[in-house]
Amino acid sequence: QRRAGGRALGVDLFVIFCVFLSLLYGSRAEVPSKPTASVTILPPIKPDNGPQPYPEEEKSNLPVFTMNYPRIQIPFEITLWMLLASFAKIGFHVYPKITFWVPESCLLVSIGLIVGGIMYSVNEKPPAVLTSNVFFLYMLPPIVLDSVFSLYVQVLWFAVVGTLWNSIGIGMSLFAICQIEAFGVQDINLQENLLFATIISAVDPVAVLSVFEDVSVNEQLYIVVFGECLFNDAVTVVLYSMFSFVTEMPVVEPVDMFLGVATFLVVGLGGMGFGILFGFVAAFTTRFTSKVQEIEPLFIFMYSYLAYLVAELFAISSIMAIVCCALTMKYYVEENVSQRSCTTIRHVVKMLSAISETLIFFFLGVVTITTEHEWNWGYILFTLLFAFIWRGLGILVLTQIINPFRTIPFNTKDQFGMAYGGLRGAISFALAFTLPDNIARKHLFVTATIVIILFTVFLQGISIRPLIEFINVRRTNRKTDTINIEIHTRLMEHTMAGIEDLCGQWSHYYWKDKFMKFNNRILRRILLRDNRAESSIVALYKKLELQNAIEILDTASGDISAAPSIISLQEEKKNSTKPKKKFLAADLKNMHDILSKNMYKIRERTVSYTSKHALPNDNQRREILIRRHSSIRRSLRPGSFQTRIMPKSQKYFSLPPGESLNSRFPPTRQSFAGDPHAQETMSEVAYPARRSRFGNRSSSGAMMPLHRLGTLKEVSSVDFLNESERGSTGRGSQFRPQSLRRHLSADDNNGLADEMRIRQVEEEEEEEEERPQASQPPAWAAEPRDETPRNPLLRRPQWNEKK
Amino acid sequence: MGSLQSSPSHQDYVDLAEKTGFSFEQISILHKRFKQLSHNEDKLRREHFGQITDLHANPIREQIVEAFFDKRNFYQEIEEPVSEISFENFLVVMSNFRPPSDNMSQEKLVKVRKEKLRFLFNMHDTDKDGTITLEEYRHVVEELLSYYEALETETARGIADAAMLEVASITRGHMEPDEFYEGITFEHFLKLLEGFDIESRMNIRFMNMDTTTLCKLECRNKVCSE
Repeated sequence: QRRAGGRALGVDLFVIFCVFLSLLYGSRAEVPSKPTASVTILPPIKPDNGPQPYPEEEKSNLPVFTMNYPRIQIPFEITLWMLLASFAKIGFHVYPKITFWVPESCLLVSIGLIVGGIMYSVNEKPPAVLTSNVFFLYMLPPIVLDSVFSLYVQVLWFAVVGTLWNSIGIGMSLFAICQIEAFGVQDINLQENLLFATIISAVDPVAVLSVFEDVSVNEQLYIVVFGECLFNDAVTVVLYSMFSFVTEMPVVEPVDMFLGVATFLVVGLGGMGFGILFGFVAAFTTRFTSKVQEIEPLFIFMYSYLAYLVAELFAISSIMAIVCCALTMKYYVEENVSQRSCTTIRHVVKMLSAISETLIFFFLGVVTITTEHEWNWGYILFTLLFAFIWRGLGILVLTQIINPFRTIPFNTKDQFGMAYGGLRGAISFALAFTLPDNIARKHLFVTATIVIILFTVFLQGISIRPLIEFINVRRTNRKTDTINIEIHTRLMEHTMAGIEDLCGQWSHYYWKDKFMKFNNRILRRILLRDNRAESSIVALYKKLELQNAIEILDTASGDISAAPSIISLQEEKKNSTKPKKKFLAADLKNMHDILSKNMYKIRERTVSYTSKHALPNDNQRREILIRRHSSIRRSLRPGSFQTRIMPKSQKYFSLPPGESLNSRFPPTRQSFAGDPHAQETMSEVAYPARRSRFGNRSSSGAMMPLHRLGTLKEVSSVDFLNESERGSTGRGSQFRPQSLRRHLSADDNNGLADEMRIRQVEEEEEEEEERPQASQPPAWAAEPRDETPRNPLLRRPQWNEKK
Repeated sequence: MGSLQSSPSHQDYVDLAEKTGFSFEQISILHKRFKQLSHNEDKLRREHFGQITDLHANPIREQIVEAFFDKRNFYQEIEEPVSEISFENFLVVMSNFRPPSDNMSQEKLVKVRKEKLRFLFNMHDTDKDGTITLEEYRHVVEELLSYYEALETETARGIADAAMLEVASITRGHMEPDEFYEGITFEHFLKLLEGFDIESRMNIRFMNMDTTTLCKLECRNKVCSE
């Protein structure tokens, strides 16, 4: 079977390769006309030929069929190029092992090299898409925006100081090398060297990060490299613009150096200021966009882009502006906009940045082959050498400086990981390629940059995973995303903050606390529609619940039927005298009961906790129900579930499907037993609670936007049940009035109506299932007994007494 | 050691440093702070902790303060409940937050980790019976969430319940129908937080400089409310 799978994969690969090749040829056919954008040579290609031979006819008759290729040429070709690059990406993922060992950038560059080779063999020029303007105005912003949206607190140190260090170190060393006559590069002056050094010091550790993530290196190292990844792009671009300004000046006076530093500050801080300003405006705007959800994401993009453009207008750091803008608004916007908009934003940003980066790497390959190179052994090799040395030295020195300030200092292995992670990437290439033409040795610079990128991406990129694993860098287990760990992290943080207060010493926990206080008191009030603070524990809880729900969906048939299968087996033992067919019907009933209970919960969870907004949930909710129903249907096929015994649900952290916190109350369970309508009764009991809670929570903000589904409701509703049950046993009845409070807003009605509809559907289905076996005693009476093994905690006998 | 201006003698400092692993500077700073908190008395009582304004915002202040009066954290046998602590006890509790040194051996790290976890565990285990029961767990979660008024206690409880279920499923795996999970023992606690690199996270950098002067100790007359 495995071999067959492999063969199928191979066939897939082949098909994709064919598509890829045909596309490649397709694009090649179009490429001749590419230079028309810049060079205005119209090569004889068919579309242009079309109208020419029949000019008179066209005049006299109404044209039935015309082609106007030049009109669509540029967007058409861009689209084709993007498609080509995207197909390449698909191709890589056919074999996951390739991307495991070889970074994606390597593969992209390789494809680019192949395409470039083909283009070179037929004497085509590379497309003129990658110009300075295109790069800076269209391709860079998404890349930066993406890195901001997918990242949290950074460590600026390595990014800013490290990049400065590298640029200046490499620049100076190269300038020294240039003085050696043997290399014949004396004409490169200091400024140009510095400019070039800046370009190649833009480290792009995306590939490294994915490796780090896979082997889960320790958090500190990861964060540092992450921060570096983001900010040194920014720093590099700032430095680049500064140096390219300096290189245009005929004479450089010492004053200019100071002015340069001042410019650097103004450019950087100005960008930051603009960014934060736009960020707050954007956050404030999204407070009011709830009625126009379809354009919500647009606000985010437009504000970010506006910040970028305005910063560009004033020639301050546009990267800084967009970074700060996104960072500022991210937190607030994610709570303001609907779940769906949030997903859209992430998807679009991801998509844009992925395509930008793919294209850049792709072009890198193409350009490597097709462009004119100026090869200077000395200069290029020394560049390579210096890039290594200064990176290593920089890491060494900077960690020495920073270590005394760290609780856990970086050790040698960490340093090695950081130093070795210095891959050069897309930004470097784009900056080099868009160098102004008045730099005499531009070709040499481009060549050297390409060499460095190829060298680092291929050699280091491929070898870093084995190396990291070999030297055994400190790791952290970041996969354990459990509630307990979250709770204890929080507990620990609070404890530490408390101890620090006790000692009268402050560190970042203190400032974190202070900022959170300020944030909760003032900022959230202004910027958020619903400004109630939310704890990260709840957020995590929601996230896990969402995962849970998704997993249930994904593994619907396997998993859902897993729970009933146990029951069915036990039933089999007990009622073995019964005819087989009936028995199956009983199973169906069992399953259905369990399922409908689950569904009820899922829906209910969905309703309550996250309901920032009733609207976006509805469809999702409905979808889940529909999908679950279909999955029931699938698993209802007789016998289909009996083979699956393993309770996969064990892995769910809290409430595996088919289980519920309800089961901790055997008394009520027993009262349900024998009552065919018990389930309805139960949901009716729960219903007011649901409604009331729905009202209460309808505006609670969600910190993690993805967790709209996430669902504290289940538990709380169960709690309500508990309370009511406890009330019936004479305990906890004081909770009832509270939960019965009703706050019904328009939203709620909306949601309620929807819920009603779903309930109806569900009940209809239930009836449908019930009919065949009306005479059957309710099979799920056995259920509590069978369920409890999996959450015995809840059966603790002294439960009530302890409370 | 020129900083030996206050009451403990040099020998005391050496002993304390040996016992807790703090440097002399850190001990002297902490001692200053201790005096400041206790208003120049030799013993620190609960109400002194109540006067720390910064602590008021802390949702689990009760447990933090309690940890200082928890004899299990002193590593010595005391019979009667603790109502006041000496500087030595204070230091010993503080020493749980010392970062591990770089050249620590693996076994030592494991030991440090265990001690830190034990500290957290003791914070949970308020009735000191060696297990964290569901009620104790709920209590902590409620307190952790009490800062956020948006949450009702039911929610907190739901979370605690879910967390407890998680504990049960992690530590016991599949359980027999008649079993019930009576609470988290320390062994289970260790297992539960296996992936949690507490040894590198539960650390405070005890300064070598004196920052106590910056710290405001207002509300001197305010009586501890809790």
